[in-house]
Amino acid sequence: MGRKILLENSDIPNIKSFDVFRAHGGYFSVEKALKTMAPDEIIEEVKKSGLRGRGGAGFPTGLKWTFLDRKSNKPRYLVCNGDESEPGTFKDRYLMEKLPHLLIEGMICSSFALGVNTAYIYIRGEFKYLLGILNQAINEAYKNGFLGKNILGTNFSLDMYVHPGAGAYICGEETALLESLEGKRGNPRIKPPFPAVVGLYDCPTVVNNVETLANVGYIVNFGGDAYASIGLGKSTGTKLISACGNINNPGVYEIELGMSVEDFIYKEEFCGGIKDKLELKAVVPGGSSVPIVPKELILFTASGEKRLMTYESLAEGGFESGTMLGSGGFIVYDENACIVRNTWNFSRFYHHESCGQCSPCREGTGWMEKILWRIEHGHGNMKDIDLLVSIADKIEGNTICPLGDAAAWPVASAIRHFREDFIFHVQYPEIVKNIKHGALYKYENQD
Amino acid sequence: MSGQKINHILHQKLNIPICFSETTLQKVHKIIAHYPEGKQKSALIPLLHIAQEELGGYLSVDVMDYIADLLKIQPIEVYEVATFYSQYYLDKVGKYVIEVCRTGPCAICGGEDIQDYLEEKLHIKDGETTADGLFTLKTVECLGACGYAPVMQINTEFYEHLTPAKIDIILEDLRLNATNDKHSDKTWAEKYS
Repeated sequence: MGRKILLENSDIPNIKSFDVFRAHGGYFSVEKALKTMAPDEIIEEVKKSGLRGRGGAGFPTGLKWTFLDRKSNKPRYLVCNGDESEPGTFKDRYLMEKLPHLLIEGMICSSFALGVNTAYIYIRGEFKYLLGILNQAINEAYKNGFLGKNILGTNFSLDMYVHPGAGAYICGEETALLESLEGKRGNPRIKPPFPAVVGLYDCPTVVNNVETLANVGYIVNFGGDAYASIGLGKSTGTKLISACGNINNPGVYEIELGMSVEDFIYKEEFCGGIKDKLELKAVVPGGSSVPIVPKELILFTASGEKRLMTYESLAEGGFESGTMLGSGGFIVYDENACIVRNTWNFSRFYHHESCGQCSPCREGTGWMEKILWRIEHGHGNMKDIDLLVSIADKIEGNTICPLGDAAAWPVASAIRHFREDFIFHVQYPEIVKNIKHGALYKYENQD
Repeated sequence: MSGQKINHILHQKLNIPICFSETTLQKVHKIIAHYPEGKQKSALIPLLHIAQEELGGYLSVDVMDYIADLLKIQPIEVYEVATFYSQYYLDKVGKYVIEVCRTGPCAICGGEDIQDYLEEKLHIKDGETTADGLFTLKTVECLGACGYAPVMQINTEFYEHLTPAKIDIILEDLRLNATNDKHSDKTWAEKYS
């Protein structure tokens, strides 16, 4: 337990530079792939590795690659999704900032496997500082013959560019990202056709998350089986978890999938326990979109087993008692956190970020925000609580892209697990109205 | 004479150049070349960043029309993008745009108190600009820096682990530097070297 794949070398001084990165084994996978492997062999290794999309959906990467339309005569594209905007998630920016060459290395191998000659890295506009870092790394890769025409003397050529967004959560959805890359509003496309067939400029396109692509170099170097031997069951490999909220050590941690949630929260080398010696109240383990679960259900499953940091264990119990690993945006709430205010906050976020194409999402997120505002500010009534559940239910599954689901889940799960908090807000409006920023404890502690 | 041309002439009379400098133009053409032939519209988002930074601090209709010209696309194609993304300003803003994250993870770590403190200190509300034109205050959604909460960006530069004392220092620093035009960070165009 505790092996690292991505951040192994992240503390080496100046690992950002090509020379230092190369001196520590960097770009070896590119040599191996281009000189000794056939593209299909790489895809086979990635399939064997069990690597799953690290952006949140957890879809098997190798399988996604096989969907790429190989019969088409059009050019193919690889697009790296670095739009990281899911509240609670800040792992990709960490990876790109610390180890830009690791991403480029993975992208070269992936492009070779997929028969791609042009690759784009899409970063969110707020990460302007990364644009310089990535462009410099790409320039170094060109200078050293790892990008450009006839890489390492082979007949494989690849150009790579960075493309910034300009502030839109929805552009993390892969088809919205492609629209944005084409210079348009980030409105998600109706699927099918999937990007693997009709993607960027209507050409076959693979869109993968930063962390996903950064893993490919390791898989090429050591093989899919070696990768699959790390982790637990179908949750192979490691995962970057960005931990934040009311904990002692917020930050980005690379964990081997399979460790217990309890260890992750309380061990000194990870979150280091709850800040100010308070009690744990709830956790959102995979970015704001996944269901919030109370302490007893994040540490143990409904059947009493230890909850583990894997796709399967976190999802055990379905939405009744489970949640999701998602993007690894691990948000921890202490006993003083106001779940109602937090739910209102997230609803406002989704309302703000809805692209507006689908009525259930455009209108529903707004209604949820308004109703949650009035409950949070002491103007709610009991019927509002079930009304929220009803709205969430009508958004979920009825939109083009998953933003609708992502907006519905936090509301539905907060009411499922913390209904008494909502009832308290309705029953004691005078108390609620006088609390600044939802800090319920400030009032209770005065008694 | 088209409205667009009149606007250009007006700008000339007012002495506001509505075109990129030679150096920037070289960068712009380099950026356009990142995309396949005929797909120059892809360069719209980076170009609007550069335009906002170098042509007056916000995207006026004239600036947007200029970009449309440059990319050989319809002005409406620029307007619809400029109005969609939150980093583009359609009205004049202060020299320093302070964007405070208000989303969940920052909020539970005191982000809302930071916003209150800034409003109190600068005597402006969310979306307003100080009388001296120096600061615009704006709340934004998640900046992707939740582990370093509370967080804000000033002209896309991150400021993390904020406290009132830290904000005092940051603002004082910006006030002192406001007179010299030095950018503490590289411009959008420079990021492409």
